[in-house]
Amino acid sequence: MGIESSLGDGYLTTKIDALTNWARSNAAWPMPMGLACCAIEMMAFAGPKYDAARFGSEVMRFSPRQSDVMIVAGWVNYKMSHAIRRIWDQMPDPKWCIAMGACASTGGMHRCYGVVQGCDNFLPVDAYVSGCPPRPDALLHALMKIQDKIRTEHSVKLDT
Amino acid sequence: MDLELSETLQKVVDGLSSEFSETFIGVYQSTGDTFVRVEAEAIVDICRYLKNEQHFIYLTDIFGIDRFTSEERFEVVYDLVSLRDRERLFIKVRLPEENPTVESITDVWKSASWMEREVFDMFGIKFENHPDFRRIYMPEDFDYYPLRKEFPLLGIPGSIELPNTTPDTE
Repeated sequence: MGIESSLGDGYLTTKIDALTNWARSNAAWPMPMGLACCAIEMMAFAGPKYDAARFGSEVMRFSPRQSDVMIVAGWVNYKMSHAIRRIWDQMPDPKWCIAMGACASTGGMHRCYGVVQGCDNFLPVDAYVSGCPPRPDALLHALMKIQDKIRTEHSVKLDT
Repeated sequence: MDLELSETLQKVVDGLSSEFSETFIGVYQSTGDTFVRVEAEAIVDICRYLKNEQHFIYLTDIFGIDRFTSEERFEVVYDLVSLRDRERLFIKVRLPEENPTVESITDVWKSASWMEREVFDMFGIKFENHPDFRRIYMPEDFDYYPLRKEFPLLGIPGSIELPNTTPDTE
């Protein structure tokens, strides 16, 4: 059955960090924070044509307690920022964040008093995606960057 | 400027100027629309007259203008439509910079409630006898009026609260 048939009687050695990171990076479930037109591209990213399932991220979780990556897709106003932060605080660690598009990254064309000029004012963003809106491939690229980041993290043993 | 008023609008303007000869200031046309300027204290009576006598039953919008002049800085514009006559009429009142106040027309059109709240939120123009007078978009404790000309494009830094980024330390 499975791996035993090719390895025979034997064993593999690995580090627990490597195993955890391998598992985590290939099952980064997104929390879709669709706020504007970027959300349409985010749907294409999850759909069959661009197929985030190839990277293990096909399961859009609408519950923050089941998700790992928050994709902030669209412009964030001050009123919404409190709701987003609340959802972010409900996500279990470890968690990552993608600021998708010009508006989520910098405020974009919404240069006015009601819009937060970049969601990194209240969220720890790991990957920024340029574009207005970005193509789904760009979002896939950001996801791959997040995966790279997860794979180089120390997940079990911290540097002391 | 010569006015090109339709028959019904001519009747309305004539009716207004004779009924409210004291408070009727003038009428002009621009980009195909007709504007009537009146004194602020008569706005409720004029709206009630237009609704009941001239069949302008539909209040489309109320909006404010910051003219940024030293006298009569603010303007409130009422956009009325007569569905029967297919006519549109704008009523304008001008208000001073110091404590701009005008009577609410929510007694005539209930729908004016939110529109007047929006004008208050953006320009700080007060509407008297409004049933539920508070801000509509901006936070209740916000101290500024964003559509006034002196308000900076990006707002006053720190005037609207951002979420607490270290919730555990509270």
